[in-house]
Amino acid sequence: MFEQFDMEEAELVEYFRAQIREDPDVASAVAAIRSLLEFLKRDQSETILGLRENMTKAIHRLEETDSSVAVSSGGELFLRFISLTSLEHPDLSQCKNVMIERGELFLKKISLSRGKVGKLCHTFIKDGAKILTHSSSRVVLKVLENAAADNKRFTVYVTESQPDSAGKHMAQKLGKLNIPVMVVLDAAVGYIMEKVDLVIVGAEGVVESGGVINKIGTYQMAVCSKAHNKPFYVVSESFKFVRLYPLNQQDVPDRFKYKADILKTVKDLNQEHPMIDYTPPSLITLLFTDLGVLTPSAVSDELIKLYL
Amino acid sequence: KKQHKKNKKDDRGPPEKEKEKEKASVLAPSKPATQSPAHKGTASKYVPLRSDYGYKVSLFSHLHQYSRKNPPTQQISIPATVIHPSIVRLGLQYSQGIIAGSNARSVALLHAFKQVIQDYSTPPNEELSRDLVNKLSPYISFLSQCRPLSASMGNAIKYIKKEISNIPSQCKEEEAKRRLQECIDSYINEKIILASEAISKYAIEKISDGDVILVYGCSSLVNHILCEAFEKQRKFRVIVVDSRPRLEGREALRRLVKKGIRCTYVLISALSYILPEVSKVFLGAHALLANGYVMSRVGTSQIALVAKAYNVPVLVCCETYKFCERVQTDSFESNELDDPDDLIVTRNGKTHLENWQTVKSLGLLNLVYDVTPPDFVDLVITDLGMIPCTSVPVVLRVKNVDQ
Repeated sequence: MFEQFDMEEAELVEYFRAQIREDPDVASAVAAIRSLLEFLKRDQSETILGLRENMTKAIHRLEETDSSVAVSSGGELFLRFISLTSLEHPDLSQCKNVMIERGELFLKKISLSRGKVGKLCHTFIKDGAKILTHSSSRVVLKVLENAAADNKRFTVYVTESQPDSAGKHMAQKLGKLNIPVMVVLDAAVGYIMEKVDLVIVGAEGVVESGGVINKIGTYQMAVCSKAHNKPFYVVSESFKFVRLYPLNQQDVPDRFKYKADILKTVKDLNQEHPMIDYTPPSLITLLFTDLGVLTPSAVSDELIKLYL
Repeated sequence: KKQHKKNKKDDRGPPEKEKEKEKASVLAPSKPATQSPAHKGTASKYVPLRSDYGYKVSLFSHLHQYSRKNPPTQQISIPATVIHPSIVRLGLQYSQGIIAGSNARSVALLHAFKQVIQDYSTPPNEELSRDLVNKLSPYISFLSQCRPLSASMGNAIKYIKKEISNIPSQCKEEEAKRRLQECIDSYINEKIILASEAISKYAIEKISDGDVILVYGCSSLVNHILCEAFEKQRKFRVIVVDSRPRLEGREALRRLVKKGIRCTYVLISALSYILPEVSKVFLGAHALLANGYVMSRVGTSQIALVAKAYNVPVLVCCETYKFCERVQTDSFESNELDDPDDLIVTRNGKTHLENWQTVKSLGLLNLVYDVTPPDFVDLVITDLGMIPCTSVPVVLRVKNVDQ
């Protein structure tokens, strides 16, 4: 029984990695949820409790592979969504079918969420706008795509976003859409802020307070935009809402700050550089999600609805 | 503003009309009045009015200011009283400050009501569900004469009244009484005792090793959290901030030091000196208002303000039964004035304020509560989990849906 599970675990991780390889445009959380659904279909437990335990273990295993907040939040929401139905059927396979159906429904809903966000947000981009964005976010790309398709003219400034130079990939993708783009240094955010009209960033996770967890450098950008009174917008799908409540940068758990392989190998985390930072809700103007356009204080309302 | 004054007490019915009349009759004189007449009103004609004491500062002249030296029971004659003895005792304990603190007052109130229900017998031709509620009204107005009701007491009273009126009429008296006792016991257990366990669990997650935690005054909940965290081997030290005239921080200090926690004690005037050392501030609350404002002991909003200026996170711990549907944006509209003589202090045999009443232009103000805006509070820990201050109306809505 034990060995059978281990084999499935390795299969699960392989399936997850394969999903990301085949479709690089898919959000890591969506890939994780697809893998979890597949895991559910193949699971051999005899009881519902055993099934839930296996699912939780599977989520933990995926979190170890890819330490982003979205995988953790997406997994938990998936588990809640499929079990939040009456599982009163006497036959386990019937219950499993109900759960699988709900799982497919959930997956379909969240695959459409990026499109919904794009449709909501692009109206906030006016003709002739100058937009600043940080690092590479697929949701922001979708928003800018929609705005460009709407025949709006705008320029985009992207920060380089070291240490992985993700900003340069974003610039390439935007170039392919024929949007005028300029890559700026991370250190040049303060310099460029007076020129831009608005700031749009993506999010890796949205926390209970209404703040966001995103690539390192986002907090700096938020503080700068507040000082210059420029609107700071965050675009995110709703499966990234997570039940964390950090009070400050130190309070964000280590398992999200560093990449998964670094957590396993390195002893002294003080020498490592964190990959994400936390932006408090007081610096955010609006959040665009597939649940609608929310103020940071409304995020808690939505979270209570999702989780309670 | 008048609406808010009316909603100050949470019980509806005859006592409300009397409250207004009583305010009108007491506002006029500014010097201590002689015994005010017991006035017309159906349920409360046996509850004598307490007279105000001393000059009231004009901003707060709509509130009552009583002296501890004139207990409310002086005018009550025994045995011609409608008030149950355990309620009289409770009222005296409130007015003399023997029972203080939001949770303690609610629990004492519920225990006294249990006694009242025990001793109650339905008169002939009356129904328990209606008569008992009517019997409780004079008790409640007596208690609010002794000391204005707290939000937690208000919610507890609402709950009891609802339970009493839900007793089916065919229920036998003994059975009804037993049921009510059980309701009260489960209320205390769920909303106060188990809630504080749940809150400790969440709060301990927020306490990390090496923390320096600042607390203000004596909140039973915050003390419980710190003691639990210490038992779970968290390494932290505590700074207790205290203020006159109540000096409640000394009680908190006593409890924490007895546990073995390292503590520092300062007065509130040293707050900006000590704050750079602090990593978190834990505050208790008397009530959480529907617009996200926190009503707590006077001095709390000051601590939250200075902590915000130093970027120190402020965490408020509050059980959900203290959430109230009132809205308040300032500390003037609805507050409590304590005995002004408490501010008189004797040092080296010299008392400067002893004859303050003879100085016509001098008023002593002893406020009990103040409100803290939600922008200064980073996190509220309730038994439902950790929520931002702005989500209080959501919790109230969820609770109303449950009921």
